Amino acid sequence: MAIWLTENSRIIVQGMTGSEGTKHTRRMLASGARVVGGVNARKAGTTHEGLPVFGTVAEAMEKTRADVSVVFVPPAFTKDAVKEAIDAEIPLCVVITEGVPVHDTTEFWAYATANGNKTRIIGPNCPGIASPGASNAGIIPADITSPGRIGLVSKSGTLTYQLMYELRDVGFSTAVGIGGDPVIGTTHIDALQAFQEDPGTDAVVMIGEIGGDAEERAALFIEQHVTKPVVAYVAGFTAPEGKTMGHAGAIVSGSAGTAQAKKEALEKVGVRVGKTPSETARLMREIMQNR
Amino acid sequence: MDLFEHQAKELFAEYGIPVPRGQVAHTVDEARAAAAQLTGRVVVKAQVKTGGRGKAGGVKVADDADDAYQKATQILGMDIKGHTVHKVLIEEASDIAEEYYFSFLLDRANRTFLAICSASGGMDIEEVAHTAPDKVAKVPVSPLTGVDRAKAREIAQAGGLPAQALEGAADLIAKLWAVFVDEDASLVEVNPMILSSDGQVKALDGKVTLDENASFRQPEHAAYADKHAEDPLEARAKEKHLNYVKLDGNVGIIGNGAGLVMSTLDVVAYSGEAFPGTPKPANFLDIGGGASAEVMANGLEIILSDPAVKSVFVNVFGGITACDAVANGIVSAFKLLSDRGESVTRPLVVRLDGNNAQLGRQILKDAALSGVELVDTMDDAAKRAAELAAVGA
Repeated sequence: MAIWLTENSRIIVQGMTGSEGTKHTRRMLASGARVVGGVNARKAGTTHEGLPVFGTVAEAMEKTRADVSVVFVPPAFTKDAVKEAIDAEIPLCVVITEGVPVHDTTEFWAYATANGNKTRIIGPNCPGIASPGASNAGIIPADITSPGRIGLVSKSGTLTYQLMYELRDVGFSTAVGIGGDPVIGTTHIDALQAFQEDPGTDAVVMIGEIGGDAEERAALFIEQHVTKPVVAYVAGFTAPEGKTMGHAGAIVSGSAGTAQAKKEALEKVGVRVGKTPSETARLMREIMQNR
Repeated sequence: MDLFEHQAKELFAEYGIPVPRGQVAHTVDEARAAAAQLTGRVVVKAQVKTGGRGKAGGVKVADDADDAYQKATQILGMDIKGHTVHKVLIEEASDIAEEYYFSFLLDRANRTFLAICSASGGMDIEEVAHTAPDKVAKVPVSPLTGVDRAKAREIAQAGGLPAQALEGAADLIAKLWAVFVDEDASLVEVNPMILSSDGQVKALDGKVTLDENASFRQPEHAAYADKHAEDPLEARAKEKHLNYVKLDGNVGIIGNGAGLVMSTLDVVAYSGEAFPGTPKPANFLDIGGGASAEVMANGLEIILSDPAVKSVFVNVFGGITACDAVANGIVSAFKLLSDRGESVTRPLVVRLDGNNAQLGRQILKDAALSGVELVDTMDDAAKRAAELAAVGA
């Protein structure tokens, strides 16, 4: 079992014909994901990587019964691509694109909300979602881990890979990279709730980063709603104040949003927080072995 | 990217927002000349990208041009929270009847925009927000509907602004919304927004943060880049499109992915606590996803040109990045440096995992570069890098 992405998921790629889109469509196909087509208005009617290219998301859904879209279009066109996916009411839209202006993300989020949130948005600036052994929507390497019963939700791409790799013998139900931008679609809380309800998930690894208060809010949610064990890791203890460390969201201003504050909030509700990624993996391994 | 006050006000003026007349001065003589031109009482304001400037003595009133010269002498070169004052804004003194607070910002938690407005503006707004939160109105603003004149008036009213300031404030707020949207800002703040004795509402200060992700559609924002403040190494890294931040330690760090690199800094800092001189990370450098050998070589070159660096930790988890490309990058960086008659005199600790890790390790073993050590795990590698920095220090 898994959350949001299963072996039955049918994936289309918005921006499939671009270089990133092409590369990752190939990787997704190689990993066994059911990619069924792509979207590019200017190349509608052609085929690419052996897959049909459609003019719109709605048309692609109609012809292929796709229920997941992965977005690789450049930042300047991301807002329109996501709004198109929302209009088509595709159940899941995974936005990989990095460098989307925050006004655009805020706008498509407001648009999704105004349209009843029928489309779950993951990202932007994220590695996507993978349910090992079942499907893979995005750029998470498929071969670094195995299927299992750990759920993972993370702001950071490479830390996701690191944890998936360290716990490859235990295995994952689903790993969700939610991205580190200031405004994102799916949050830690959304994923925690889905993992709590998923019979195929026994415990959750949560990876956070300095900036914002998403981890603090996730801690409150865990206290009230999550009975499965949660282990966390927070990056950015030594990041200096006011300096951006790559992710637009990873910036500390003032006392709120520090790694220390996040760690304390999580520990207060009984979440064990690893000092390093490897220690976090060890804590999770212990939990899974003692079940 | 944060703007200086004078840049924010120049931007405000372009949008028709009333601001006091003023001029930037880089020297005390320029300050005198600017004050002479403005005539009458002026305010000399330190231009630094940090708050608490007034309380630190960075804002002073001057009676005339000579006094402005004196005040500028005191302010130029001052250190305010680690920021050196390189320029001052000389501005006509305003006759203040009342001080308000206003800002538009991104509300991360609620994934929308927020207008914050209060009749109790000025230096103590944070204190007010803390002790009397009901005096500070927080009004959510949808990006789909925005702020028109009527909504602007509503916000000003919610902030408790008096009747005589409402129209002026509504006008200013509506224009500020245009700045916020059209310039792709994540923050526009006016504190204080004043009511002058002659009934005008003006922006007496301005803070603007621009979204660098929007630079593809805001080409003119490139002119705001602050060459002064940029560390020379950071400037060089930027030219090579490297995501590099200079820190004050002695263990050079290269990794892929912002999260992993931040985590690497933390793990190195913990490990350093066990060694003499407590080695710390010297920098943040993210070579990103799918990094090529060239990117790796550029990164290594930047890090090795930092004299503070005593050891280097290359920490890569190959997701999209292939570890053989990283290994080849290290090999070519060594060759590049030796071709220039330089040599890598500081030890390199390398940890490779994930995509093509075996191949990458083999390349490094075969190259047998002096001073390069392969360590299996991130924690052990961090410890070794810290140890080597302690020895080298």
